Amino acid sequence: MTLTDVGLLSQPVLAGLAFIAALAVNDSRRSAIAGTLNALLGLATAATGVGALLGEPGSLTFATGIPGIAHLGQLALAPDRLGGIFLVVVGVVGALSAWFGVGYAHGATATRAAWAAYPIFLWGMSIVPAAGDAVTFLLGWELMALGSTVLLHSEHATRPQVRSAVLWYAAMTHLSFVLLLAGFAVLIASANGTTWEALAASPPTGVSASLAFVLLAGGFATKAGLVPVHVWLPRAHPEAPSHVSAAMSAAMVKLGIYGLLLVTLRLLPDGPRWWAIGLLVLGGVSAVYGILEASVTSDLKRLLAFSTTENLGLMVTGLAVAMMLRSTGQRAVADVALVAVVLLVISHAAFKTVLFLGAGSILHATGERDLDRLGGLARRMPRTAFATSIGALAAAALPISSGFVAEWVLLQSLVHGDTRGPTADRVIAIALPITVAVVALTAGLALLTFVKVVGIAFLARGRSLEATNAHENPASMTVPMWVGAGLVLGLGLVPGWVAMVAAAAVGASGIEPAGLAGVALPSVNALLDPVSLVLMSLAVAVPIAVITVRAARKAPRRTVDLPWGCGGVRVDPTMQYTATSYAEPLVRIFDDALRPTRDLDVTHTVESDYLVREVAYRQRMVDQVERGLYEPVIRLLWRIGDQARRLQDGSVHRYLGFSFAALVVVLLVVTW
Amino acid sequence: MTALAVAWQILVAVALTPVLVGVMRQVRARLEGRVGAGIGQPWRDVRKLLAKEPLAAEGAGPLMSAVPVILVISSLVSVALVPLLGIATLAWVPDDLFVVVSVLLVGTVALALLGLESGTAFGGMGSSRHMMIAALVEPTVLVAVYALSVPVGTTALSSILQARMSDPTTVISPVSLLALVALSIVVLAETGRLPVDNPATHLELTMVHEAMILESSGRDLGWLELGSWLRLTALLGLVVNLALPWGVAADLGVGATVIATLAFSVKLLIAGSMIAAAEVFLAKVRLFRVPELLAGSFVLAFLSVTASYLLV
Repeated sequence: MTLTDVGLLSQPVLAGLAFIAALAVNDSRRSAIAGTLNALLGLATAATGVGALLGEPGSLTFATGIPGIAHLGQLALAPDRLGGIFLVVVGVVGALSAWFGVGYAHGATATRAAWAAYPIFLWGMSIVPAAGDAVTFLLGWELMALGSTVLLHSEHATRPQVRSAVLWYAAMTHLSFVLLLAGFAVLIASANGTTWEALAASPPTGVSASLAFVLLAGGFATKAGLVPVHVWLPRAHPEAPSHVSAAMSAAMVKLGIYGLLLVTLRLLPDGPRWWAIGLLVLGGVSAVYGILEASVTSDLKRLLAFSTTENLGLMVTGLAVAMMLRSTGQRAVADVALVAVVLLVISHAAFKTVLFLGAGSILHATGERDLDRLGGLARRMPRTAFATSIGALAAAALPISSGFVAEWVLLQSLVHGDTRGPTADRVIAIALPITVAVVALTAGLALLTFVKVVGIAFLARGRSLEATNAHENPASMTVPMWVGAGLVLGLGLVPGWVAMVAAAAVGASGIEPAGLAGVALPSVNALLDPVSLVLMSLAVAVPIAVITVRAARKAPRRTVDLPWGCGGVRVDPTMQYTATSYAEPLVRIFDDALRPTRDLDVTHTVESDYLVREVAYRQRMVDQVERGLYEPVIRLLWRIGDQARRLQDGSVHRYLGFSFAALVVVLLVVTW
Repeated sequence: MTALAVAWQILVAVALTPVLVGVMRQVRARLEGRVGAGIGQPWRDVRKLLAKEPLAAEGAGPLMSAVPVILVISSLVSVALVPLLGIATLAWVPDDLFVVVSVLLVGTVALALLGLESGTAFGGMGSSRHMMIAALVEPTVLVAVYALSVPVGTTALSSILQARMSDPTTVISPVSLLALVALSIVVLAETGRLPVDNPATHLELTMVHEAMILESSGRDLGWLELGSWLRLTALLGLVVNLALPWGVAADLGVGATVIATLAFSVKLLIAGSMIAAAEVFLAKVRLFRVPELLAGSFVLAFLSVTASYLLV
């Protein structure tokens, strides 16, 4: 029995135990027991993934059907290496989130329903990458959707927005399911069976291949939260309990990427070029739009949701570039791009867990997720502040974090995909520079966004009473964050082995460990060894530190009363920049894309119109994609619904008329 | 041996940087009809500031002292990575341009956080503007890097420089010229020179860089000044070496290093004087015109990349 087998078998057992515990244990101990069991379920999932990554075969099959009457085929769980990566991601994120939930969940988020839905959600997520056939995949997909919808619904009694978020989420997640069902149906129609092997062995050709690709890509893009089907993310992530948002954002949306990798690498590997171009546009638009919206948002969790759209956009961009380069025969560089995609997946899972748990920690301590009302939390909540800052470092792709390594590999693959000279491929010569610019603009705006998050939430002085009175949370909440932050730094410092594993998962060659713990990409002449970079920085830091310490001994820091106020002596925390004012220059620059609704009321004094008594300014950021694309559709649906109401006016005569007409039609059809 | 060369490069840069700033100020002063404080003044300022006690407003955190040190270290690392004097690089820390850009960004972010930490309106204002410019500069930087790397097939600066030294005609190719012009605009924006930011301003409402460091004093201010000036040396040095790749040491010999040190000092000081002279005739543009300037430089960088693919 291999590690994979043990993991696959223990998952349903632990999920069942967690489910029963959630229902059976009373309120006071439910979070502790159910949370622990869920964390164990996460670890079992991660162990399965490790087994699969080590290449240990393992499978679990169930026969379905009614015994003695009908045999419907087998459901199989048989993870491969690619699935193994995603199992590890899902497992570790799930374990950390559940652990955080032990301290975080209370009241409405710790009810029987909420904790019973958690193992369903988690187990569903671990079935998807382990599935060996399309039917099991779709079953896992639905379990995951079901569990997360119930969890999202937890706090509906206290906040009316939750209900609308649940509606949006349920609608979008079912759109995704329907598209996937149709897409797999097209694939299965030409294949002999539903297992991945059977589907890959006889892929459809021509129009039906493209149809399958478009349907599947649409379904996975919806789950991955790409523009324009991202609308559920900025609603669902803020309204879900934070440990659930972490699992949704760091693990669940990644399964959309898993699906895309499955389709493009295994099921339909050699598609026409427009597939790649389509994905590139989808990814690029998502990356820029996502981070632009994130940079001007003040709601911390909404900001993180938009940042998820950005990161998923980057992953799809990398995948599209890999597909494009493969089609021109540059496999070595395409492999680098694929490794970048996997590194982005791992890195995003790690840092987004930390950031959402950090947001949850802040929310728990202050009751606020509006950055404009936070501030000075580094002094009140130093452990949360430090862990979240490390997460933000990775989100901004700065050294020595995991995000930096992933983005560096992505950029290296982008600038080396070339066929120069008269035989140059025009599409690549134009697409790659634009992609580099998109990635760069995304990186620049991500810097601003996360400087804003860290600077406004943690530094300076509190902007509200809640922020100035905040207290650090207990260790059950801070330790999971620290573990996540440790993963972020670990992946950033020793990327060599992670990159090797990532390369094995996508079957890429040409990735080598280098330096102390770095990664070398011989196919593009590049090497990155973060540990050496750190050692070098420490070497130059020594003289600086010596001078500083000696000078500090002679002339220590002196505290004075007031900061510079242009001669004024009023120092009020409300005079500080807020998150909204921090992003104001960006709102101006990207006014045409963002189109915020502004409202300015000036009240004059009674005595004179030249004297202003009061100015009220309101600015609301509305998602333009939602406004332009979804509102007309929703309005149309309402109108159809209204029209349909005319059919049912409560009159018995009319209903009898309907029945009679139906009977006549049936008789006509039968006797025809 | 290479480590020694890198250490020498850092020393030269640290010694030369205050002189560069002194020369730039002096050129400007003379052109404006002032006497000027002399070339050695920035050196004396830094020495004085480093010995002085920093004053902190009530409630300012430890970041006020940490950021200046982080900024200096980030600048020193980038000075060490960029091939200013020679093209020899450390085996495990290659002078990858993406890494250099990221190391500089660490300093940028640290400064922005310093601005917010002070808890005043000016600090936040400077920080917000600073990050906006940094975000918009990023595409130009990376696309220009891309353009320079395409002919060589690597993003390692020393390889790019070596290719230019062995074939100087590539320096005046359209690809190279477009990329250099784009990079120069970026350098001005990143180091807070006119027309993007006025380093000599005394009006808080127009400040970008100065607003962030308004609350810093004494030793903290000394490190901040030195760190920002070192960024100028690293970036300007990179551009002059790419534009005029002569005199850069091809090996680690003492003779070559001496010549390289002299050549680099002359090139850097002349480039600095030219910037200072140009600044006399320039006014700071409105903050919301800066994106237009940066968009222009992005277009140049983009043209440069497509040209590097198609014009071979």
